[in-house]
Amino acid sequence: MTLLRTAPPTAIFGLLVLAATLLIGLFAPLVAPYGETEIVGAEYLPWSAEHPLGTDNLGRDMLSRMIFGARNTVGLALLTTGIAFSVGAALGMFAALKGGWVDQLMSRAVDVLMAVPPLILALMLLAIIGPSIPNMVGVIAVIYLAPVFRLSRAAAMNVVALDFIGAARLRGEGTVWLLRREILPNISSTLVAEAGLRFCFVFLFIAALSFLGIGIQPPTADWGSMVKENATLITFGDVTPLIPAGAIALLTVSINFIVDWMLHRASGLKS
Amino acid sequence: MGNLLTIRDLRLEAGSKTDPTVILEGLDLDLDRGEVLGLVGESGAGKSSAGLAAMGFVRDGVRIAGGRIDFDGTDLARASHATLRRLHGRRIAYVAQSAAASFNPAHRLIDQFAEGPLLHGTADAAAAHDDARALYRQMRLPNPDEIGFRYPHEVSGGQLQRAMTAMAMACRPDLIIFDEPTTALDVTTQIEVLGAMRDITERYGTAAIYITHDLAVVSQMADRITVMRHGREVETAATQRMLESPEQDYTRSLWAVRSIRKPAETGPAEPLLTLDGVGAHYRSFKALDGIDFALARGRTTAVVGESGSGKSTLAKVIAGLMAPSEGRVLWDGAPLAGDHAKRSRAQLREIQMIYQMADTALNPRHTVRETLDRPVAFFTGLRGKARRARVRELMELIELDPDTFLDRRIPELSGGQKQRVGIARALAAKPRFIICDEITSALDQLVAEGILKLLIRLQKELGLTYMFITHDLATVEAIADEVVVMKEGRIVEAGPRGQIFEAPQQAYTRRLLASVPQMDAGWLDRARRDAAEARSAETAA
Amino acid sequence: MTRLQKLILSRLALGVVTLFAVSALMFVGIELLPGDLAQQILGQSATAETLAAFRAELGLDQPPHLRYLDWLSGVVQGDFGQSLASRRDVAELLSTRLANTMFLAAYAAVIAVPIAVVLGLLAALWRNTLFDRSANIGALSAISMPEFFVAYLLILVFSIKLGWFPTLARIDSVDTLGGALHATFLPALTLILVVIAHMMRMTRAAIINVLAAPYIEMARLKGVPRWRVVLRHALPNALAPIINVIALNLAYLIVGVVVVEVVFSYPGLGQLLVDAVASRDFPVVQAVGLFFAGTYILLNVAADILSILSNPRLRHGR
Repeated sequence: MTLLRTAPPTAIFGLLVLAATLLIGLFAPLVAPYGETEIVGAEYLPWSAEHPLGTDNLGRDMLSRMIFGARNTVGLALLTTGIAFSVGAALGMFAALKGGWVDQLMSRAVDVLMAVPPLILALMLLAIIGPSIPNMVGVIAVIYLAPVFRLSRAAAMNVVALDFIGAARLRGEGTVWLLRREILPNISSTLVAEAGLRFCFVFLFIAALSFLGIGIQPPTADWGSMVKENATLITFGDVTPLIPAGAIALLTVSINFIVDWMLHRASGLKS
Repeated sequence: MGNLLTIRDLRLEAGSKTDPTVILEGLDLDLDRGEVLGLVGESGAGKSSAGLAAMGFVRDGVRIAGGRIDFDGTDLARASHATLRRLHGRRIAYVAQSAAASFNPAHRLIDQFAEGPLLHGTADAAAAHDDARALYRQMRLPNPDEIGFRYPHEVSGGQLQRAMTAMAMACRPDLIIFDEPTTALDVTTQIEVLGAMRDITERYGTAAIYITHDLAVVSQMADRITVMRHGREVETAATQRMLESPEQDYTRSLWAVRSIRKPAETGPAEPLLTLDGVGAHYRSFKALDGIDFALARGRTTAVVGESGSGKSTLAKVIAGLMAPSEGRVLWDGAPLAGDHAKRSRAQLREIQMIYQMADTALNPRHTVRETLDRPVAFFTGLRGKARRARVRELMELIELDPDTFLDRRIPELSGGQKQRVGIARALAAKPRFIICDEITSALDQLVAEGILKLLIRLQKELGLTYMFITHDLATVEAIADEVVVMKEGRIVEAGPRGQIFEAPQQAYTRRLLASVPQMDAGWLDRARRDAAEARSAETAA
Repeated sequence: MTRLQKLILSRLALGVVTLFAVSALMFVGIELLPGDLAQQILGQSATAETLAAFRAELGLDQPPHLRYLDWLSGVVQGDFGQSLASRRDVAELLSTRLANTMFLAAYAAVIAVPIAVVLGLLAALWRNTLFDRSANIGALSAISMPEFFVAYLLILVFSIKLGWFPTLARIDSVDTLGGALHATFLPALTLILVVIAHMMRMTRAAIINVLAAPYIEMARLKGVPRWRVVLRHALPNALAPIINVIALNLAYLIVGVVVVEVVFSYPGLGQLLVDAVASRDFPVVQAVGLFFAGTYILLNVAADILSILSNPRLRHGR
């Protein structure tokens, strides 16, 4: 709580938005006035008391789809970041600890993965294996594993060079002990801050893929594809399609504010 | 009142305004034109902050919270940025600890030299270049006409430090702040740099503040000495008086540091570890070449040498962190595998190591208990109550109270306490042999003395064999039974302590011994003469 | 050969090897498809004979490594095969769209790069001032916005409400440079806003990192004025990171056009790629993907080489 008192207004704002999104996503079926795919009226109905945000291109309630979209978009982004992170961080630490050809092999593979722009790689891979939710999660997790690997390897390299790792090695400690007890505690704060940033990237990435029609597939509600589905309204000066896009921006800004504050605190503690 | 600089009641603070950390408090300093004041203290005494404050400069996050800094009629504590900028480099110059980091890697030395005179308008480009060459010559730099056209990374550390002093002299300032300028240098290099610095300040009558933790060095450079501790002045006196009769207990304790002498054990002894024609390579560079010697059981063997002598590589080879490319290492008469992973658990247990930087040798995320518990469990297999008792026993061995310290995290310990925990971790394995790699060089002298005394006691009680890797001859004199002198990967000379110190056979050993700073005022002149003679003997041989 | 030349050559070689690795990866990926290309295109109902004939036509009856070499030698000569969807030459499809994409990326880069570097320098120079803080908040917000949000917002304001610019960037229907710049202003502005934010933050971080070096303190203690400390002492040492920032963002610009092109129905490579992915038109996906990857790799190699050249330790090493 004392932590919160020292937080700048931007970070408090970020925390509030994040908490609200998570709660809404978690309790989506209870909060939403209508079902996710339920057709409740005519297409493109204007905002009214019955449908606060109107209806979409198929006559579904926009507000309900926003609420279910929070659950789908954020949930998938969390899952993907989680996979990319746990695998990438573990491999990165392992490469740093082992060095030699193990490290070379893994690092060069990651180099190739990172030599292709992420969006292009995702589009190509999804073209090959076909767009579906599990495929998308897998592809994005593999793509984002690369930068996490690099970061965790670099951070672990700094730790591996220190004498206490030498001391533990000379004692004859095994790989698992070295990774879990000696290295991980020393790089965890770096990884946590990075996880926040990576979540933002993954979240925007899924939104962009869905917007392009290659990510989350209809009829599942999701903020990225909702923008695409209702984009025509813009030409009539209606702001409704900007609401899911704005929600994406708002959540990403919030998390960035939180991460920025955490990084600032960490650098302040060091000096 | 000094007629050049007068500091009165200076207070520096850092951190928040409501709960500040005090860096300097109630500091008074006086300096006359042409006078050299030595600022001495252990780490954290505030001597560097005081030196910078004498320029009216504080680092980011630090502020001047009170007092006056009068430099020739200007109060630097209240002067504008523009006023300070006109004084800096022109009338007050600075020589930093690490010349390698303090020269801009993107520009040539001579351009960095000329920047000050051109900015302050004391010379045009041609005059500045001529002056640079003249000063490089006076600083006895090799190739003074060309060296300025090199980039910093092309010049050695000792030469860079001299080039930096020349740069500080560029505008012929009234005052130079020397901030630990020779701390990073080897002793034989240090002599040349100290000599050149003293000559040039005398020649131009420049006043100086010389900051160092080394009493012997400051006694060569300063007219007066101020001793500092915890951001306050302890006492100030003329150099000779300070050496002969310091008034404060703290000052006396600093002076008394070099008093330990372990009685040397001599006579025949059984070897515990034997090196037989050992060589080692870093790629094509030969770091060790034909190393033959035996470490006597129950004794302390000191391996001395300057940076690049191969002494740390030797420690790595024995510890099993680096495999020798030729020769073999015998442990208790049997060959020892080059890679630690191929050694038996008994061998890993019996050979332990203590490291130079206690900060990085202990995992900062662990508590003292976790640090000791693991090796006890790993090597002795003790469990439950017996293990806890053993951990407490280790704490008592290293003279730290178990109830106070066991549950502290490593970063909460002082430097000396960390090093003690490092020793305890080595003892947890019940070793027979401990490699001590420069273990006191990062510590203040008083703390180092405590560590050395502890090691001597432990050796007596536990019958340990030590190998001390060090560049510090004072430490060697204090604790070694046998001494091995190394240079460029080879052994120059080896023998009992008395023989090496009193009757060295090799010219290099003589030069090394002559380079160790001594407390008496005439040492630097004597040492420069001796070092020059020894060097010509080395080149002749 | 000097150390510098060796380093540069090895970077170039690494770039070429990476490009081959990527091309092989793409080829293998398609190779791993369940069923084969002919099956994919003709569908499950195709007869064995038509399948066999079609396979022969596509060269699918050859062993994979021969087909890869065949494809590769075609690529080197500018022959990317035929589009499955339109049956036209991929190279022909690519040519006009490539020019359009490059035009848009260059348009954005010319405006964004200088502004971003100057803003980053100023933010570093005036660190922790109101300017720095507001620039930071602004940049963080801009980074957080999906490109399509920025794009639709700009459309809503500048073309629907104010009517200054067209909603669709129809570059094909204009014939003057001024007309083209006007037609593509909104997509370019979208890219500019996103890229400036990224670049400004990275430039600021690079400069601040260098400003912590001891030689900066030394320069200040020589009485060097602040602007000269930044320009003469910090900037030459921050060049390598700044070059990397620029390269990274140029690469991002070329890739970032995908979403922007779709929003503005701009006839560039990005849109071609998205359509090809949706219709699983593999020769087109392969060619466009290879082009994007190649540009990306080229820019990274160029950045590497420029940073090596800007490092005095390497430039003046012996």
